[in-house]
Amino acid sequence: MKDLKSQASKSTTPGKGGLTPEIQSRIGHQLRAMYDDVVRQGVPDRFAELIKKLDAPGATPQVENGGGSNDNNNGRD
Amino acid sequence: MPLTDSLRDDILAAVPSLRAFAISLSGNADRADDLVQETLLRALANIDSFQPGSNLPAWLFTILRNLFRSDYRKRRREVEDAEGNYAKTLKTQPSQNAHLEFEEFRTALDKLPQDQREALILVGASGFSYEDAASICGCAVGTIKSRVNRARSKLAALLYVDGAEDFGPDETIRAVIGGSGG
Repeated sequence: MKDLKSQASKSTTPGKGGLTPEIQSRIGHQLRAMYDDVVRQGVPDRFAELIKKLDAPGATPQVENGGGSNDNNNGRD
Repeated sequence: MPLTDSLRDDILAAVPSLRAFAISLSGNADRADDLVQETLLRALANIDSFQPGSNLPAWLFTILRNLFRSDYRKRRREVEDAEGNYAKTLKTQPSQNAHLEFEEFRTALDKLPQDQREALILVGASGFSYEDAASICGCAVGTIKSRVNRARSKLAALLYVDGAEDFGPDETIRAVIGGSGG
């Protein structure tokens, strides 16, 4: 009981959404860290080349469908 | 509008964040890059329907999200074994502790319903306004706000605090303590 009591009194008052500003900013920080890790990798060559290629006059972009996959759609839950 | 050099540059500039969004959605780097590729092809094929002066990243994100959605419906569950794949895709590995925390975060994020996860990422990581996020997801601004709030609460509950979702510890504990009287 003592533990619970001290824990409860320590917690900051949550906002209306039920989150303390501290937790909100922690989530925001981790979210951006995760995201920016990928952003920092820049533009992979394959995409730079793709766009360059399609830029050539007369080039028609072809949307390929990832065909050949087995679609087992047994409507079971 | 026709594909001008500057528009092409803008599309290229959007690629890194498109990838980040795709990885956040799919949890799988290979699949994410396929999604980005398909998004670019679609965008370039439909470039005439892009309104000059409108928000290019939002337009591209909309295409990517729609592709992900239809793809997701097609092959539902591959997404689920994405756990753990994500970290492998990163070129730089964070320190051991940070890495662990990162994995936990990623795992928690994957537990969110898709609607909530994408709303949170668009607003909290991609930096879109609620309005843009709403137009990308094809829903009302209020819907995005409530999805973001629910996503945050759920993440907090999973990661930081027990019961953060309804956050009643004070009342509950007081009631318990008060009730046990001694």
